[in-house]
Formats: sequence, structure tokens, C-alpha cells
Amino acid sequence: MKPKTLLDKIWDAHVVREEEGKPSLLYVDLHLVHEVTSAQAFEGLRLAGRKVRRPELTVATADHNVPTAERWIIRDEISRKQIEALRANCDEFGIQLYGMESDRQGIVHVIGPELGYTQPGMVIVCGDSHTSTHGAFGAMAMPIGTSQVEHVLATQCLVQSRPRVMEVRVDGSLPTGVAAKDMALGTIGRIGVDGGIGYAIEYAGEAVRSLSMEGRMTLCNMSIEAGARLGMVAPDETTFEYVKGRPFAPKGEDWEAALAVWSDLKTDPGAAYDKTVTIDAAELEPFVTWGTNPGQVVPVTSGVPDPDSFFSPADREAAERALEYMDLRPGAPIQQISIDRAFIGSCTNARIEDLRAAAEVVRGRRVAESVRAMVVPGSTQVKLQAEKEGLDRIFTDAGFEWREAGCSMCLGMNPDILQPGERCASTSNRNFEGRQGKGGRTHLASPQMVAAAAIAGHFVDIREWEAR
Amino acid sequence: MEPFARVTGVVLPLDRSNVDTDQIVPARYLKRIERQGWGEVLFYDWRYTDGEPNPEFVMNDERYGGAAVLVANRNFGSGSSREHAVWAVRQYGIRAVIAPSFADIFHKNCFENGLVPVIMTQEQVDTIMGKAQGSPGYELTVDLKRCEVSDAEGFKAPFVVHEDPGTHEFRRNTLLNGLDEIALTLQQDEKIAAFEAKRPRWLAAGVK
Repeated sequence: MKPKTLLDKIWDAHVVREEEGKPSLLYVDLHLVHEVTSAQAFEGLRLAGRKVRRPELTVATADHNVPTAERWIIRDEISRKQIEALRANCDEFGIQLYGMESDRQGIVHVIGPELGYTQPGMVIVCGDSHTSTHGAFGAMAMPIGTSQVEHVLATQCLVQSRPRVMEVRVDGSLPTGVAAKDMALGTIGRIGVDGGIGYAIEYAGEAVRSLSMEGRMTLCNMSIEAGARLGMVAPDETTFEYVKGRPFAPKGEDWEAALAVWSDLKTDPGAAYDKTVTIDAAELEPFVTWGTNPGQVVPVTSGVPDPDSFFSPADREAAERALEYMDLRPGAPIQQISIDRAFIGSCTNARIEDLRAAAEVVRGRRVAESVRAMVVPGSTQVKLQAEKEGLDRIFTDAGFEWREAGCSMCLGMNPDILQPGERCASTSNRNFEGRQGKGGRTHLASPQMVAAAAIAGHFVDIREWEAR
Repeated sequence: MEPFARVTGVVLPLDRSNVDTDQIVPARYLKRIERQGWGEVLFYDWRYTDGEPNPEFVMNDERYGGAAVLVANRNFGSGSSREHAVWAVRQYGIRAVIAPSFADIFHKNCFENGLVPVIMTQEQVDTIMGKAQGSPGYELTVDLKRCEVSDAEGFKAPFVVHEDPGTHEFRRNTLLNGLDEIALTLQQDEKIAAFEAKRPRWLAAGVK
């Protein structure tokens, strides 16, 4: 038999219909839904008199819009309407909703794995670009637009052309102080924000295998920032250990049957990737973005690049525009960049391990006078777990705000936003212009790096910090 | 979906690469649950300063008024999956976007909404960008039947709507005919049901 890649195996197991020269029709195992990209899809179903084909394979939560301070009071009427529309739609079409009152509510990409919905080998879709997160389990997890949300609701299928596969192999082991986030930023810095267009990325290599599930989720989460449709890591003991016993994971005989299937989910020896990128983990450093896309990134030990150092005129112009927006000078050391705000949160870095790592840095210290810092757990479960471990006290004693779960300041749809001109160290995934609030300036980094920046008032090299 | 065959219109030049969906429609506008009215917020934060039109931004140059074609640089539509971005471009009156490459989700969303993603070489895009910047009001014809753009000066160039030839042909056909993809898939009901019958029990029981 011809050797197959991990992607081939999952793809082939989900083909409902395939015809030469046409996109395939794939079956969807799990459809995750949130309030922002679903309202118009449900409305489309109603207008056409269509039903949801498999409501029991569909799960919804409210995350993008929810307030993280006074959770019960949504002052923004349009936000409230959107969340009410989600509730009404889930009721009407018989879909499980983890709403704001549920202790299972949270960012859709945090609760899927945490509740055991996300499993190896699945085709998972969601009307959200960071759906790639679920690929950490060896699932084919793809983002879709609202029309496709409607399509999946009505048919439980997805029309899709097979992507090419890029192997990103990270050899060796990560140095101390270098996190999964740095692996993600380093990869994007290497291949560029459009280097992954048309590809699915399979992350492999010793450094990837050594990551926890949380770390793998961070890595896969940011695949989309390299332009890739999805990112994935072949499942192994780390994966099975994480999934086992979760509320919606298979149990008993079903668990054994599932495990037999999952154990084969890896790229066969001799299977050909369309492209391979190799990275030496030892060369990775803590990274900080300086510009307005995640590819505009440098090690914390360097300075802001000079636009003239870019080869192509387009990159040069983009760098000039980014520096103007970010109010930075070429050559300025990253460690001299002062911040006004610090945000620890988002589907990239708000799982329990992220909060533990940040708390370790913060313990016994105080947030700088000039900085307003907040922690927004990725889910209500993460929040409860962190409180059980006393992490909330470590953060609040240091002067961080401790909030309710949601997407929050990752994208500025709820009241948590930057004011024009404010500079923020953020564990989120995008540093686009205005992403965290109109006129706001975002620098992406790992939870440890953001926590340290909050304390110091400017970026610092976490590797030296740890020696303090 | 409105079928698309051929459109002639003013070209709006947006000489930037990696134009992300947060610029096309800022997140704070995504709270609305309607499918109409998105053209007004297109490129809002580039288009307006303190609520007033920003004279520096190309969309506010009257000479490009009523544009039907947008030309931009590589990786257009990067970032989030928000289809609102495509709705905004389309509802502003744009029927086709020309670029050397499109971000994956935005690209797919175009086909669902009758917005034609015109993929051309960097050199051809540079030519069109130059013409549109050099003579505001410059018009171009996008012909999806012939897969060709042309202008009154005799410039002609071929294009694809997808780099994969099979997908290009399939998508071109749905755009030309304004086909409803859901209706097409529902015709496959027997095949879907047959697939469902084969799924393992533990998968079917995944969600309770």
C-alpha cells in the first residue's frame, strides 16, 4: 500500500464523495459554534426551511462577546442581541449550548478539548480561524465562513479541496525560557504570514513531541497566522493521556476501540510531504512582535529592524507603515519598549498550563505602576482550576485583574479594549492594526514573557529573569 | 447568489500586501446579526478618522467612486474567518478582487457570495495597479467566461479563480451560474446517509 501522511489518512476516512477534478465532500464529526459567525447561518436555514442534520454533532458556546468583568450585565445592546440570538437558535434547532450561566462555558477552542469533544482523527470545523487549535490532537480541524457554517448545519458535510502538506520539523529540545508560543512565532517568522497558503502543516520532531497538549494547542493555533488552513500533530501517549476520562471521551469498550484506530494516526515511513521546513529548537529564543502582522517578529535580544534591511519593496513599505503605526524607531532595543497594558488570555495562551507559567513569573512581585494588567482564563473550567491552585491570588496580589472566561482583549469585541495609542504585551495571536481596540498597539509574546513585561514595565528576556 | 459573467468598472487600487480582515471589517462591528448593511463599514478605520472621511485613503478619492473592481497585493484577506469581510467588499459594490494571492478562508468565502477572486501574476497585478493609480477612474473588464481581464487600451491578461485547475473550473461554474452549494450537497443525501451508517459507534456517541 502506498504510504500515507497523517492528513491523507484522516481525509480518506471522511470522504463522502470524491470526483476527479472537483473539490471533495467530507463528513464532519464535530461542528463547534459561537455567537459571532452563526446568526446569519441559522437565519439562512430558516429562510430556506432547512433543518440541522445532526444537532448532536454540534456544540455551541458564547465567547467572543461576553463581558469578563460584570458577566451578567451586557451593556452593549447589540452584543446582547447576538448572544440572545445564539440561545434562541440553539433552542430552536436542538443544539447543546454552554452559555454564560454554564460552568462549561469558555473560548470554543479551549472547551472542545477540555470537555473531550475534540478527539484524534476527527474532522472538526468552526466558524473561527483558530479552529486549527484542535489539530494538536491529530484531528483535521478547519476554519469556515458563515456560508459554510450554514452548509455544515444543513448537511454535516464540507466541500473542500485537498491541501498540500508541509512538514514543519522542530529537532532537538527547547532551551529553558523558550515556550511553545516562541516555536509558533519562530515558525511564522521563518515561513512568513503567507508561506502556508494552500497547505496543511504537520508539526513533527523531538521538540514538538516533547510539548504538552497545551503547548501543542498553542503551536497549532497559530498555523493560520502563517497562512495555513490547518496545523496538526500526530497523536501519541501524551494525547491519549489528556483525552482519557474527559466528559465526552469514549469510555470502556469504546475507549479501547477508539485507541486502536487512533494508534495508527501517524504519517507512514516513506510518505512524501509536499514541502519540509526544519527548525533547530536550540536556535529558538523568546520572541516579540514589533509590527502589525505576526510575521514581523524578532528575538527579545534584538532591536526593531530597519525597513531598509528588507529585500522586497513591498516588505519595506509594510515595515515602514508598521513602524509608524507602532510608533517605533528602527534599531530600538526590544527590551526598552515600555508597555501600558498586559493581557494574558485568548485561545492561544489561556489554558491552565499557561496561567501556571505566568503565575510562576509573577509570584511575590508587583505589576509596574504604569501598567494595567489582566488575566482572562480561557474557560470557566480553567478559571475554577486556577482558583483551586491559588493562582488567582498570586495574580491579584501582584496587581493583575482576574476576570471571567472569554475571548476578551484578543479581538476587542467586548468592553476589554485598548485606548488609542496604548501599547500592550499580549499572549494572543494577532497584532493587526486596531486588533485590540482602535489605535491600540499590540506586541505578541509567550505568557512568561508577558507576565515579566507586566512586572518590569517593559519587555525583558525571561531567560535572565529566571536567573534573578 | 447573483450569477457573474462579465463586469466592466472602475478599478480601486489598494497597494498593500497582507490586508487583513480586521482592516476590512473591524471586530467591533461584528456584533450585528444581519447579513446586509456591511458596505458602510468596509475599511472603516482606514476610511474614517474621528468619524470624518480620511482624505489620504484611496476609497475617499471621488475619482474612484462607484468602483467595481479592487486590486490589492499578495495574501489579501488574511486573518479571521469572518465572512462579514466578503459581505462588506461585495455590498460596497465590488464584484471582483484582483490579487497575486488570497488568504485561504477569505478566498473560499468569496465563492459563497458571488465575489470573484481574480488571481494573476505579480507582474500583471503591478501593471493594473500602476494604471489605476496613474489614471484614476481607469476601467477594467473582468470576463469570467473567458477568464480574462481587458481594458480599452488593449491590455489583456488571463486569470484563474483558484490555482488548482479542477477547483478553478468547479468554482468558476458555480460563480457563473450563481449556484447554491447547500442544494447541491443535499442532492447527495444517499451518499451522506451511507457514510453515516458506517461511522463507528463511539464517534456517533461523542456528543450527548
